[in-house]
Formats: sequence, structure tokens, C-alpha cells
Amino acid sequence: MDLNFTPEELAFREEVRTFLKSKLPDDIRAKIKGGKRLVKDDYFRWHKALSEQGWLGSNWPTEYGGPGWDPVRKHIFEEECYAYGAPRILPFGVNMVAPVIMKFGNQAQKDYYLPRILDLTDWWCQGYSEPGSGSDLASLRTSAVREGDHYIINGQKTWTTLGQHADMIFCLVRTNPDAAKPQEGISFILVDMNTPGVTVRPIILLEGEHEVNEVWFDNVKVPAENLVGEENKGWTYAKYLLTHERTGIANVGSSKAALLHLKAIARDQVKNGRPLIEDPLFRNRIAKVEIDLMAHEMTNLRVLAEVQSGGAPGLESSILKIRGTEIRQEITDLARRAIGPYAMPFQSEALDEGFNGEPVGPDYAAPIAQQYFNMRKLSIYGGSNEIQKNIIAKAGLGL
Amino acid sequence: MDFSLSEEQRMLKDTVERLVRETYDFEKRQKIAASEEGFSRDVWGQLAELGMLGVPFAEEFGGLGSGGVDLMILGEAMGRGLVVEPYLSTVVLGGGLIDLLGSAEQKESLLNAVVGGETLLAFAHGEPDSRYEPAHVRCKAEKTGGGWTLTGRKSVVLNGAAADQLIVSARISGGHDDEDGIGLFLVGKDAANLKVHGTPGIDGTHVAEIALDGVEVGADAVLGTPGACFAAIEEVMARAIVMLAGEAVGAMEVAVETTVEYLKTRKQFGKALSQFQVLQHRAVDMRISLEQAKSLAVLAAARLGEPRAVREMAISAAKAGIGQHARIVGELAIQLHGGIGMTWEVPVAHYAKRLVMIDHLFGDTDHHLERFAALSDAAA
Repeated sequence: MDLNFTPEELAFREEVRTFLKSKLPDDIRAKIKGGKRLVKDDYFRWHKALSEQGWLGSNWPTEYGGPGWDPVRKHIFEEECYAYGAPRILPFGVNMVAPVIMKFGNQAQKDYYLPRILDLTDWWCQGYSEPGSGSDLASLRTSAVREGDHYIINGQKTWTTLGQHADMIFCLVRTNPDAAKPQEGISFILVDMNTPGVTVRPIILLEGEHEVNEVWFDNVKVPAENLVGEENKGWTYAKYLLTHERTGIANVGSSKAALLHLKAIARDQVKNGRPLIEDPLFRNRIAKVEIDLMAHEMTNLRVLAEVQSGGAPGLESSILKIRGTEIRQEITDLARRAIGPYAMPFQSEALDEGFNGEPVGPDYAAPIAQQYFNMRKLSIYGGSNEIQKNIIAKAGLGL
Repeated sequence: MDFSLSEEQRMLKDTVERLVRETYDFEKRQKIAASEEGFSRDVWGQLAELGMLGVPFAEEFGGLGSGGVDLMILGEAMGRGLVVEPYLSTVVLGGGLIDLLGSAEQKESLLNAVVGGETLLAFAHGEPDSRYEPAHVRCKAEKTGGGWTLTGRKSVVLNGAAADQLIVSARISGGHDDEDGIGLFLVGKDAANLKVHGTPGIDGTHVAEIALDGVEVGADAVLGTPGACFAAIEEVMARAIVMLAGEAVGAMEVAVETTVEYLKTRKQFGKALSQFQVLQHRAVDMRISLEQAKSLAVLAAARLGEPRAVREMAISAAKAGIGQHARIVGELAIQLHGGIGMTWEVPVAHYAKRLVMIDHLFGDTDHHLERFAALSDAAA
């Protein structure tokens, strides 16, 4: 047993660091470090830098333009990106729809869409959730009716992350309302957001941010060639996509970076005349989450090693989702508590680039409570943590 | 990065697992745990014959010269069988101290006897008011004539009554919680003015309260350099924690397996308990705790051979984390078994007891959280 990274892996880590230092724009890094709001162009410039380096499709096979990294390298890459202050890579194109197109799409779809994802011509968003479906995704109702060489789509999608910026949306639609089971009769279809009848309406989240949207389809006419795979087989593709979504859900890199920030805050804040980090109760809370994160990281690495040697993660990916999100949430909770009363002021404008006003409280305080509330989503999306427990109970424990 | 076991480690695992499975069924374990000595001379002899008592030592003493992963493997197998044999006290703690500090003669005579299963050792270190502080030693050692005189009390000494030789920590200089000034002395069980009061532990292991009322030992009883023994004490405690972490994982595995099996068979309100979602989720919580504990055990085992700063962070992380996870698994195992989980007759109750008691050895969760925070500060 040897828990050290190999010399090749350490060299790769250095290569990633060098890349980040020279190619991640300073203003974007400053925004991430300061908890400021990102705009579309920030994401675009970061993705562009990755794309030019050949590192955007980190999960992609080399034949489609991926870098050919093994799971450990992907882990190192992610960890370094977060540590340095890079934005997250938006998964909707590269990590969600692309694997489905590669596996189930026809040659024309591969030839057309995949290069456009890698060179950032198309921005994607996801159309899975519906207002009435929640975690019971198979109950979705948006309909697609075949008329000649088109489908006519009607219905409503929701929780569409950054859909306001997207050019394309991949949707699950019901093509056979009379199927015996709800999982049957669902198809996977690609829709141009500029098609007449598509309407995007913002949903403002509890912390005041416009991150997600509703997407309405009113007699939207989509070419039949946009259907991926076979009609009524969409549920299979959807599940395949979700297993891809869950890789990387461990959130180790992001939590490590957040923990360092939490410690910096706790060193700066004062309780009873001494740094908060010396307060016995608070330091134990930090120690506990740090140990949880160590255990979680080890679990993640053990799973990666298993995958590397050809094993498939079973219940482990659900464990990683549950623990990863719980730990990330705990860290944001401690950060909120660390700033004490300064969690209270709602300074949304202080998150904008070029804010010249006088911030209330320490400069790091403004985003903290908002992040805490925003991070409540982690245990809800991607299959809520309760759903993950159902999966472990059934598939892992045989209950 | 490589999490796989070496060929030798796989063989060790097979050997000890087979021994536990074939010779240590639950009924027999209960008899052994309830016996006067609190372990089985037969089983101990088999462990010796299979070479298990030498695992941590150099080849010249019949050992494998191996490190943390082997201790974790042994612990895991023993945890699965709730083995109460005095491995921690005799081999890991006692043998470990002789290995680290002993003279050539001491190693020659004592290590060989330990490895051969002829001599039992105990480490008499904790005191009534030391709680979990490893540097806290009030027991006094005074130089008298050519030897030393020891006076003080030692508490909750693992397998203290069965031991042929005690290794007693005593203060030679400094304040009662200074790391410097601690000496270690070998004391035979028949020494004059030594009182050993053995008592069974609630988890089936055996411990002892010890009074030293002017116990005289010769110069040959000194282990290492008097006053400079703390680093070795810390190191053998780290080894013990690695083994204990493995033991916790082994016991947790059985507790989870047993509980899941019970949920599938026990019927209430006309259906199996396993059909109630709230019970499924609690079983999942147990499974998740097991996974996290395993990760921390692996981390501590793999870091045991590293420099102190790296080693001790992993040790404290493992002990604090496993303390919490073992409690979750132990308590839920009882809860999900309902009334039957409260009875002496079911094995799972005894697994729960051991899992909870592991937190009371070598520093509990709170102790190691605080220690981890201090180590983490120092590393920053």
C-alpha cells in the first residue's frame, strides 16, 4: 500500500499549476477568491483557455479530443483548479450531453455537436426536471409529438441552471403517453434555444441570485434528426448521463479550498479578544469537518483506484455524493457562523465587479451567508441525498 | 497511489482470518471473555505457532518487520471475531516499547519470549487523573542504591493482571505533565509492594488497577534512557491506534452485516423491517460510517512510518473520526435490532459494546479532535 502520488502524477500536478498561473485570467481568479459574482464572459474566457490547452473535455476519450487522463489525473486537475481559484467547469455540454452523444448519438450528431462543444460554439443547458416531477424524474410530462419530419414539443422544464446563457438544451420528453411504465415512452432530444416557442424565465433563488430558470415549450417545432438514439428509449440514456454527472460529485477540491478559506476567516475573526480559531468549541468544529474531509478524500481516492484498475463504482458513488455534499455544506455553515453578526447584512451589489461602495463588515463577509443558502441545493440536486440513500439501501445493502 | 495489499499482506490476512473464523466462534469467545484470565492460553499458543505474535518485529526475532498495514489487517480480523487475546498489551504496546528502547539483552530475552507466546506484557501508563493525556505521569521513580523505587498508582491497564511483566511509566524529573522526565521500568508480577487488582471490562476485555507502594527494581529493569521515553510512548500508542482502528472496522463490518440481515428477516406490521424506508436509511448511515472509518484506518496505517508530524495528524484524525463512526454503528445496531439488541444473548450487542469502548482507549474523540486541531495549527 502506498498513498503517495507517483513521480509522473506529481509532474502532472506541476504542469497543471504552471498552466493555471499563466492561463487563468487574474480578474477571474480575484472574483473567485473574493466570492464575487461571475458573468457569462468569465466562464467563457476560462473555458476557452481550457479548450485551447486541449483540457476542456477532461472526461472525453482522445478520439474525440479528450486529453486521455486517468481518474487520478482528473482528480489532481480538479483539486489544483479549485486550490488556485478557477471557476468550476460547467458540466452541461462537456460532461453531460457529450457522453450521451458519443455513446448513443449517430455519426452526424457526433460530427456536428462534439466539436462545437469543445470550441465553445454552443453553450448547453439541461432540460430534465419539471415542476411536478422532482426526484421522481420518470413522471415528467413535457410531450413531443411526431409530425412528419418534426417533433412538436409542449410543456415546461425547471431548475435549468444558467439556461439564460445557453444556445442549446437537451431534454427528456414523453413520446408515448400510453406506455405501461412511466420510465417507458420517454425520448432524449436536442433543442435549439432560439426556436420559436421557447421561453426562458428566471427563477430567483432564496439568496437573491439568478442561477436557474424555467423553460417553457409552446408548440416548439424540432427537426426529427435532433432525436438522440431511439424513440422511447430516452430513460436509458438519461440514466447513463446521471452516472456521468455523479463522477466528480465528491467535491474534494472545492471543499479543500473552502476549508482553507474558513480557517483564514477564523484566524481573522476575534472572540473574547482572541482569534476565533483558538476558541475550543469552534476549533473542534473545524477539526471535525477537516477529519471528515480527510476520510472523504481517502474514500474518493480508493474509489478512483478501483476505477483505475477496471472496477466500476457501485454504491460508492452514492456515498461520495452524500458525504461530499454534507461536508461542503458543513464548511459553508461554519463560515457563516464564523463571521457572526456580519452574516446578517444583505449586500448583493458588493458581489459585482467594480463595486465601489463601502462594504459592511470585513471584506470577505458579503458572500458568506448567500453561499450558505445557495449550498443548500447540494443535498437536493443530482438525485437528493435521500434518493441516494434509497439507491445504497437497494443496490448496496440489498434491502 | 496504490491501495492493494502485497502478497505477504494477503497471506497474513488469510492466515489470521482463518484462525479467527475456525477457532473463535461467538460462544467460545464468550467463554474466554468470562474466564478468570480473560483470554485463552490455547488460542495464544496458536497465534504464536502461526507467527502472529512476531508480526511487528524484526526478522531476527521471528517477525515480519512490518508496519501499519499489517497491524490494521490483524486488527480487522480480530475485530470481526471480537477477539479478546492480549495482543495490544503484549505485542503492540509492551513488545513495541522493548523493540524501540530495549538493550540487546532485553530484546534477546523478552522479545523472543513474547514472540514465542511464553511471556505476557502490560503497559502500566494511565493514572487515575491522567484521563487521556499521554505525558501526564505522577507515579514517581527514585534512584535508590543501584536501582530504582517506584511509587504511585496506575489505572485501567490492559490485561494488567495476566501479565508476567509490567512496563511502568514513572516520573524522574519535571512537572506532572511534562513530556521530558518520564522513565520506563520493567516490573515482575511478583514484585514486593506491588498490588494488582484485575477487573473485567464491559466489552469482554480485561483491565487492572495497580498500586506501587515503594516497588524496588534493579538497574537492569530500566528501559531506554530514563527521562527520555516519551517519543517511544507516543509511537507505540500510534501503533496501537492503528490496530484499534482496524479492529473497529472489522467489528463495524460485522455489525452492519448482522443488522442488514436482521432487517431482512424480522417482520413487523405484516412486512419485513427492510421495507420501511426510515430503517433503510439508518442502515445506510451505518454503511456510510463504515466506509469513512475504513478510509481513516487506511490513512493512519499508511502514514505510520512517516515522520512524526505527518504520522500523528493521521493518527488523531483516525481516532477522532472512528470514535464517532463506531458510536453511530454501535448505537444504530442496537436500535435497529429493537428489544433483542438490548440482550446479552445476541452477538451484535457485544459488537456494539466493543465499538463504543474503543473510544475510551488511547484518547477519545474530544481528546483527538483537540489534538488534531493543535497539530493542524502547527502544520499551517
